[in-house]
This record gives sequence, structure tokens and C-alpha cells, in this order.
Amino acid sequence: MIMDSLTPYLLLSAGLFCTGLMGVLLRRNIIIMLAGVELMLNAANINFVAFWRFHPSSEEVSGLAMVVFAIAIAAAEAAVGLALAISIYRHYRSTNPENMGDLKG
Amino acid sequence: MWFEELLITIKYYLVLQMPGSLQPVGSAFLSSLPIMTSFGGLFALATLLERKMLGRIQNRYGPNRVGPGGLLQPVADGIKMLTKEDIVPKNADHLIHFLAPLGLLVSAMLGLSVIPFGHRLIALDIETGILFFFAMGAASELAIFMAGWGSRNKYALLGALRAIAQMISYEIPLILSALSVLMVVGSLSLSDVAQAQSGGIHTWHIFTPWGFLGCILFLISTLAEINRSPFDIPEAESELIAGHMTEYSGFKYALFFMAEGVAMFAMCALTATLFLGGYHAPLPILSFIPGPVWLFGKLTSLVLLFIWIRGTMPRLRADQLMEFAWKFMLPMSVVNLIAAGVWVALDGGVAAWILSGLLNCVAYFGWSRILSQASRFNPRTYRYAEEAGVSK
Amino acid sequence: MSLFFTITALITMASAIAAMTLRNLVHCVLCLTVTFAGIALVFLQLGAEFIGFSQILVYIGAVSILMLFALLMTRGGTELTLKRWDPVHWITGTLIGIAGFGVMSFAIFNSSLRQSKIPEAKADSLHALGNSLLSQYVLPLEVMALLLTVALIGAALIALPEKKVFRRNASFSKNQESGNK
Repeated sequence: MIMDSLTPYLLLSAGLFCTGLMGVLLRRNIIIMLAGVELMLNAANINFVAFWRFHPSSEEVSGLAMVVFAIAIAAAEAAVGLALAISIYRHYRSTNPENMGDLKG
Repeated sequence: MWFEELLITIKYYLVLQMPGSLQPVGSAFLSSLPIMTSFGGLFALATLLERKMLGRIQNRYGPNRVGPGGLLQPVADGIKMLTKEDIVPKNADHLIHFLAPLGLLVSAMLGLSVIPFGHRLIALDIETGILFFFAMGAASELAIFMAGWGSRNKYALLGALRAIAQMISYEIPLILSALSVLMVVGSLSLSDVAQAQSGGIHTWHIFTPWGFLGCILFLISTLAEINRSPFDIPEAESELIAGHMTEYSGFKYALFFMAEGVAMFAMCALTATLFLGGYHAPLPILSFIPGPVWLFGKLTSLVLLFIWIRGTMPRLRADQLMEFAWKFMLPMSVVNLIAAGVWVALDGGVAAWILSGLLNCVAYFGWSRILSQASRFNPRTYRYAEEAGVSK
Repeated sequence: MSLFFTITALITMASAIAAMTLRNLVHCVLCLTVTFAGIALVFLQLGAEFIGFSQILVYIGAVSILMLFALLMTRGGTELTLKRWDPVHWITGTLIGIAGFGVMSFAIFNSSLRQSKIPEAKADSLHALGNSLLSQYVLPLEVMALLLTVALIGAALIALPEKKVFRRNASFSKNQESGNK
């Protein structure tokens, strides 16, 4: 079931992180950009859990605690971010971040 | 005890007859087969029971033509559903439309796997059983969205969005009221929760101040979570045809119907496990009757209660439903959590009884008085993401 | 390589890439849900039951549903976002992603962490996690509770309809926009 090497987990995490990054860079919809950010946070969580599993001590659970905090913060971020997206849509009638240049000089 | 041991022995005997590589799969299969068959049969009986009871409540006979006293009505319904044409709308998102009923039924069935049906009689005895149960409940929300969105029908979409909004709102009091039990038991595993109530009827959690209020809150949230009357606005026939099931016919519709039934049984079984002593007998003398019999008895009485409520209560309005969830259920479940905390801190006893009971009573009467003075059936108000008439 | 992990990783990566490239936005979010489920499976394979089920509960049950609601409320459900196909934009973005992955995998393959051996199964991680959350990490836990409350109230406040004053400005900026076009 479990791999005896850390490398595959780290590679999966790096791949997901870069996919999320690409999503943030490429897409032109705030909601999908937010989804990319969520994906990046999740990729980091894989690392935390993998490091916890490969730590020799059985009492050490900082990795898991970090993931609990990360999940909670990501949920709060998603709630506020999506509320902002809806609010912005009401104002500009668009979810394309390029249309939000009112403060551009 | 003997019945559970007998079942477990039979299972191990059968598993040992298999070739070595097949044993894990065979063990999982043998654990899930009784659950799936018994709940499938129970579902068939419950549909008949529901129609019969609703008929009696409404002063008519209910189905009585097929078989003796209408007993074979579920078989006739099943044959009718199977032979009906399966219609998929032309513009529907075919894959999503196809996956939705399957996802709903699978997530409902998976929830049953962590319910202890007897001593050691549990398909998946994991440390975090109740979390698994709620995670599966959360996955069913997504299936409902897929059904509503994949159908390309505005009634289906509206019904799905109503269902999801309602399920998310009522999930919070649901989990918070279950949390009070977990706090007192000190474990997330449902077999531990059932074991904590093994000493007879006085150890059941419903007979404590926090357990009583928790059980009522849990049952109300359960009604909303499984979209049953009086919280059945997602599939309100008079407004939305059949909600997210509008564009489904034939066997897929039957799958939806079955998923709802199984979800109802799963929630009732969880209620019985959390508050009503699970598979334990009310008196230690009666414990020669096998555990599954007790659990199914409790489960069936809760289902009868739900049918009774369905026959009695009028349907709520969408805004009343949300107001009830956020302004009443949520504060009450938080207060109940504090009451359970008082109970844990004082370690049971008379003082804990009085204190946590007083806390619940004061909060209940005080808050309902404030709420009833604040709102006297306000007229319905509408709010949109965008103002009407601007975008068109 | 363990077969189960390979399959999970492949499905997770494929659905993540689909989520970031598909045209239909609802399909994007549904694919993202598959990714979240795959990540939860990875957590379960690593033996972190609590985290895995929390992941399903929070991400599949709440975050993706929120995203779908936001998509439908902003009329993004059937809209094609890639109307203006800009090859330079896409090539640059993809190159940055691939370069980032290259750098990270270089770092992974050259790190000493690769030699770390897996210990025997972790016993009773749930109790250890609970104890450390309420002793060592009790202050972050409280701060997190505060953060979630603030986020709840803040999200509700932000999503409230705008006041009249701001709305006039909005129509002004819209006029300006159409004037520019």
C-alpha cells in the first residue's frame, strides 16, 4: 500500500503545485484562479503529511497539526475569496480580472 | 452476543475457504453483502409502510391490490421502474447526468459501513468512523449538484441549489449536536460510542440533558439533510416538479429514490447509535436478543416517526428554513455543546444534571422568546446576485 | 512502485491538469473535486485517517460546492472563458509551470531527504494529534477559531448588496467603459 520512499510523494506534490500555479497564471476567471490557489495549498499539505509519516518519532504530530490549520485557513480563504468574487461581479458584471483596472494610472 | 459471534465465525470460515490472494476482497465482500441486501429489503418494505401509513393518516387504505394486503406492491413498483424507458435530455451533460445517481447511492451506502450492528459486527471499524460518515454525507451534496446541473433544466438546477443550500446549512447543527456525544465519550469511533451505552437504558445518551436536546436537534437536522418533509422544499412538487430528479426516469429515478431511502436509514441508524444505545438492549436481562434486532427495531421506530412527521407537518418556506437553521438550530447546538462540556467537566452526577439542564432550558426559553418577539412572520424578501432588470 | 499509489497519483495529476485547462467552468470545478478526492486518498494511504476524511468533508463538501455556487451566481456556468486565445500568454504560463516543476524535482532528487527510511506504522496518531492541538498548539487553535468566525461574518458582509452610493459609481464606471469601447 505505502511506498517506502519519500520521492514519489514529493514529486506528486510538486506537480500539483505547478499545475495550480499554471492555473493562476493562465486562467482569466477569478473563481478558477482561486481554485488554482486551493490546489497549491493542497499540494503543500501532501508534503506535510508525507514528512509526518516518514518522521522516525511516533509522538511527533506537527505535520498533521499544520495540515489541520492549513485546511481551516484554506476554507476561510475560499469563503472570503468567493464572496469577493461575487461582490466584484456585482460591481463590474465580469469575473475577468483584466476588467478590474479602475485604479490603473 | 452469541448471534454476532455466530455471524463472525461463519464469515471467517468462508474467508478461509478462499484462495489466499482473494481473501481480502472476499472478506470485504462478505462484510458488505449482508448490509446491502438487508437495507435493500428494508427499503422495499419501508416504501410500502410509508404509503400504507400515509394512507391511514389521510383516511384511506393505501396500496392493497398486489398480493395479500398489498405486500407485493414493492415488487410491482420495481418491475415498473425497470421496464420504463430511460430518457436522457438531448442537451444534458451525458456523463454527469449518468454519474449523479450512482454517486448518490454509493455515498449513501458507504455511510452504512461504519455503523456497528452488533458487538464487533461492523464492516469498517476505524478510529474516525463518524468523520467518515459525515464525509460521505458531504459527498452526496456534490452528486445532487451533478444531477441538477447535468440535466440542463432550470427546475432541476433550482431544486439542486435549494437542496445543497439546505444541506450545508443543516450540516452545522447536525455535526455540532453529534459532537456533544463524541466529547462525552471521548472517541470518534462509533463502536466506542455504542460501547459507552452498554449498561442499560439509564446509560443511553438521550436520558441526559445535553443528549435529549442534542437528539432533538440531530433529528431535525437529519430531516433537513435527507430532504424529507417538512424540509422537502428541494423537491416541492407544487413548485419544482421533482427538483433535481426532474429529468430522470426509469431505473435512474429508482436509484435516486433508493439513495434517499438508504440515506434515511443510515441517518436513523446513526441517531440510534449516538443517542439511543445503538445495538444494546434497554435492560441487561433482554440482552439474549441479538444486537442487530435491537438496532433495526430502533431504526424502524425512527423511520415510523419520520413518516408520521411527513403525514402531519406542512412544508416550510425556503427563507423560513434558512432562518430556522441559522438563528435557532446553530445557537442551540452551540449551547448544547457547552452543556455537554459542563457535563464532562463535572464528570456526570447530580450537579452536572442540574447545571447542564438549567443551561439548556434557560437558553431555549430565552432565545425562543427573543426570536418570537423579533420576527412576526415577515413577508418573503428576495435577494439576487445581481439586481433584476440590469443585465437583460 | 506501489501500483495503488501510481494509479492515485496519475488520476490526481490528470484531473488537476483538466481542472486548469477545460473550457467549461463547471467541468473544471468537478475535475478539481476529483483532484481533492485523490489527495484525500494519498493522505489515507499515508495513514492520516483524520486528515483524509477532513479533506473530503471540507474540500468536497464545502469548498467545491462554494465554488460551484459562485460560478452559477456569476453566470460562469456555460460561458467560454477562452474566447480570446492568446498563444504567447499560454506558452509563457506553461513554460513557467514546467520550469518550476523542473527546479523542484531537481531539488528533490538532490536532497538528503530521499534517503529517509519509513518507520513502522504510526500508532494512535489521532490521540497524539488531539493532545498536541490542545497543549502545544492551543494558541494557534484559538486564533484559527477567531479567524473562521471573522471569515464567516466577513464573507456574509462582503456578499451583501452594495449601498446606493457605490452603485452609482458602478454605473458611472460602466458608462466610462462603454465610452472607451
